[in-house]
Amino acid sequence: MVGEDKPFPTRAALAIGSLVTLVVLLAALPWLLSDYGLSFMVSVMSYLVLTVAWALFSGPTRLVSLATSAFFGVGMYTVAMLIKLMPLYATFAVALGVGALLAGVVGVLTLRIAGMFFVIFGFGLSEMIRQLMVWWEINKTHTMGRYVFVPFDATLIYEHLLGLAVIVFFVGWQLRRARLGLALMVIGEDETVARQVGVNVPFAKVAIFVVSAMFMTMTGALMAPRYGFINPNFAFNPLVSFQVVIMAFLGGLQRLWGPALGVIPLIILSELLQTEFPFWFSVLLGIVFMVIVYFLPRGVTGLIEDGWKALGRPLELQRGLTGPLVDAWGWMSRPIILPRGIAGAIEDVWVKIAPQTKGRR
Amino acid sequence: MPVIEVIFGGVILGGLYALVAMGFNLQYGVARIVNLAYGEFLMTAAFAAFWMFTLFGVNPILGMFLSVPAAFGANWLIYRVLMTPLARRARTRDQLEGETILATFGLLFVLRGAATIAFTANDRYYDYLGEPLRLLGFTFAANRVLAFATAGVIATAVWVVLQFTRFGVALRALAIDPVGAQLVGVDVRRLSALAFACGGALAAAAGTLVSTFLSFNPAIGIEFTMKALVVVIMGGIGNMLGSLAAGLMLGVAEALCSYYVDSGLTLAVAYALFLIVLVVRPRGLFGTA
Amino acid sequence: MDSLLGRISFIALAMAAASSALAADAPKSIRIGYAISLSGVNAQGAATTTLPGYDLWVKDVNDKGGIMVKEFGKRIPVEVVAKYDDTSNAETLLRLEEKLMTQDKVDFVLPPWSTGFNLAVAPIFAKYGYPQLAVTANANDEEQLVKQFPTLFFFLNQPMHFGAALISVLDTLKSAGKINDKVVLLSVGDQFGAEFAAGFGAGLKGSGYDIVLQKSYPLGAADLTNEIKEAKSSGADTFIAGSYPPDTFMLAGTAITQGYNPKVYYTAVGTAFAEFGGAFKGKADGVFGIGGWDPNLPGAQDYYKRQVALTGHAPDGWASPVTYASLQILVQAIEKAGTLDRKKVLDAIANDGPWDTISGPIDLKTHIREKQWGVGQWQNGQFVGVSPSDMAGAQPVMFPKPAW
Repeated sequence: MVGEDKPFPTRAALAIGSLVTLVVLLAALPWLLSDYGLSFMVSVMSYLVLTVAWALFSGPTRLVSLATSAFFGVGMYTVAMLIKLMPLYATFAVALGVGALLAGVVGVLTLRIAGMFFVIFGFGLSEMIRQLMVWWEINKTHTMGRYVFVPFDATLIYEHLLGLAVIVFFVGWQLRRARLGLALMVIGEDETVARQVGVNVPFAKVAIFVVSAMFMTMTGALMAPRYGFINPNFAFNPLVSFQVVIMAFLGGLQRLWGPALGVIPLIILSELLQTEFPFWFSVLLGIVFMVIVYFLPRGVTGLIEDGWKALGRPLELQRGLTGPLVDAWGWMSRPIILPRGIAGAIEDVWVKIAPQTKGRR
Repeated sequence: MPVIEVIFGGVILGGLYALVAMGFNLQYGVARIVNLAYGEFLMTAAFAAFWMFTLFGVNPILGMFLSVPAAFGANWLIYRVLMTPLARRARTRDQLEGETILATFGLLFVLRGAATIAFTANDRYYDYLGEPLRLLGFTFAANRVLAFATAGVIATAVWVVLQFTRFGVALRALAIDPVGAQLVGVDVRRLSALAFACGGALAAAAGTLVSTFLSFNPAIGIEFTMKALVVVIMGGIGNMLGSLAAGLMLGVAEALCSYYVDSGLTLAVAYALFLIVLVVRPRGLFGTA
Repeated sequence: MDSLLGRISFIALAMAAASSALAADAPKSIRIGYAISLSGVNAQGAATTTLPGYDLWVKDVNDKGGIMVKEFGKRIPVEVVAKYDDTSNAETLLRLEEKLMTQDKVDFVLPPWSTGFNLAVAPIFAKYGYPQLAVTANANDEEQLVKQFPTLFFFLNQPMHFGAALISVLDTLKSAGKINDKVVLLSVGDQFGAEFAAGFGAGLKGSGYDIVLQKSYPLGAADLTNEIKEAKSSGADTFIAGSYPPDTFMLAGTAITQGYNPKVYYTAVGTAFAEFGGAFKGKADGVFGIGGWDPNLPGAQDYYKRQVALTGHAPDGWASPVTYASLQILVQAIEKAGTLDRKKVLDAIANDGPWDTISGPIDLKTHIREKQWGVGQWQNGQFVGVSPSDMAGAQPVMFPKPAW
């Protein structure tokens, strides 16, 4: 991409250039992939937006939210309810408004709630809305399914989601450099300190909660034509909330792009297990989760950072060519030795059985 | 139907919720493990009761003498083997919560998947004590009353142990302040393992009792886990009395709603009540700041 | 990146070329695929009603050497090349169906489980031209749906027709002065329950019944004692519940403990399960339920025995045999069309009936199986069809229901 005779571009220009290339390539995918490949990418892209949006709020504030399915569902169900009354884009706008309003109210109400209390609040909220919608449909409309048949095919959904992804990344990037982002970091560390240094805590928390929720709502709205047939149980599926949290943790929250790294492997893995080992799906998925927790405590981001460091080290070449090999070997074997995982567990049992070895540690 | 009868029905249902939640509260409030696989132990115990009853005609209550100790042992092992490494590695309570959620989420899938393969996904139901019981002039289902009575006995036993024994004092100390507890000579790891195992044993007891009046299949675990979480959070983490109160509140609210408002709104009302409690008391009914 | 994309498209081209080259010869097998809930909340339904039928069908067809396809002049065995777990998640299901149709390119796709999921995938089946023999689905707007999706076939009547079948039973009893005109109508808070309540409610009102208590309760409700107590004090002789298996069992258990003995007691999905009779034993006698079947039809008993032998699990008295019957239709339609061309097979399914099945002759001209059991009843430990009474093999109604 860079000619030898041209001046070496700055890092920023290179970064922007490669990002633009990446986005253009991603935008071109619908014309390169099969129908199934595209629907797979729609799924990836929707979870990408959800997960990064989730991390916008939950990353810096460290408040784990299970309300994702509530906002996703509100977006989807608003479109489903209004699609016969107004054009598609108008339903998107209404959905966005409803989602923002709900997020504002919830954000204000939950200001004092933290930790596990906040986690389960989100779950309760989503379930309550689902129950209310079911009740409403049965008693007021006497049917539960709603069709969203509009000329808005997978390609269009994908391109819109890609656009949304670009925006959510841009917002996240700007946030990291803005005062609000810094304020949120301080809140995440210690809310009392944040208050004392003059951060408007309620405003900062509610603002970012609303922004994050709006992305989730929009994703739900965009996915409505993809589902085609929608009932409250499809739209307010608590599994979406759980999956988003798992993906974000798997990817790692230290970096803006971290959560994204959790989305792709998890979706590929699920797809693989659902199709290749359908009867063992649950067991294998569970084992993979546990392996991640015990051997990759810092997520995929941590893995990549470790790898980056390991790659960076041999460049000194003080130990000759065998140096990098030794490093690579050491790095590869590290996860098994270091975080104590299963090996540690076996050791614990061993210590229990044979007390004389106790003094070793 | 007099309002008192509706409330009685709600209390019996709430007792079940409290029973399910108390075991979870021991695991979460004392051992500090958010065990998302809690419901899978409940489900496994339900299947154990079902097989013992249908194959060998073993009374489910007698069967508990087998399944409850087995669950105790299994949960003790899980704590020692799977949770201890996480507890050692975690620097803060938040971190431990996060990691145990992920690990037990994995465990949930493993256990549920294994149960589906072993027991098949079919719904199971058996008829045990499905007889009317006259109580205070009202008619209740004998198996539901039995579950409520057992919940009451267990709650009292747990309360007595917590309140009046050295072991209980140590557990309460652990629930309130693990670092402080260690300073005054509490063996945190050993005690946490025991609390976790006790929680698992309660799950097995709850599972056995539930199986006498609800149908079940390998996928029901998560529903009970989330119900337990809601009750524990609503009552206050680590507070057994809180769980009991919250469970009863939810049961009574559902019963009143189903009779006076609309059956379709019972769960919506239960969740709304939960949300309101949290908004008013951010650390639960009996939580301390 | 560029080279990777290049490689992917090359592989895709190569695969397309390979598959078109193969198409000329007789295939080694008829490729069947399906995505269904093997895990999650829907797994119990799929495991009870649908999967045993799929397994038995594959075995039965291949025991005969396969399906005779005239185009190739020989019997070709069926092979399940893809069996996916939708994990009870609608979005996953949509994606897996697309994979089956566009990537695996199977010859035929068997439908998923539940009304909601079948309606959700109907647009995809229609888009790629796969016949969708949806057994575990019904809706009040079936007639409109089959027009919108020409690949869709319904094997279960609209809820209002199930309602009509029950109402004809009630009418006979009412005109004989055996029951009053008061009715309790409960329904579960799900797709099925909503359609049920709408269909039955309109029918009952239209026939001059007084619905003294109408309620829906949430899916997964832990206690229905209040509902039964209210029903008991309502003075209605007829109890109707649009229930799902967990609540079907719970309602019966609660009715027993509360000593609630309406003259007509009817629950929906799950009543026909073999487990219902197994759990309540003699107490089940007299209970009405949705569906029904005639065990004396040719092949029916034999099917029952083969199913138990293969899966160790007795089929229910409603949708299980229909699932098997729907696949018998697929075989006959392929043989009649003499080809694996889906469009021709689709035409055959619709136009060349009625087909012989273990559930009797089935005609799909309207894409909806019209004539079928609406109401069954447990009689002497067996769930048999009682209404419509002009169905061959209809049993006389057992009335009143003996006390539990």
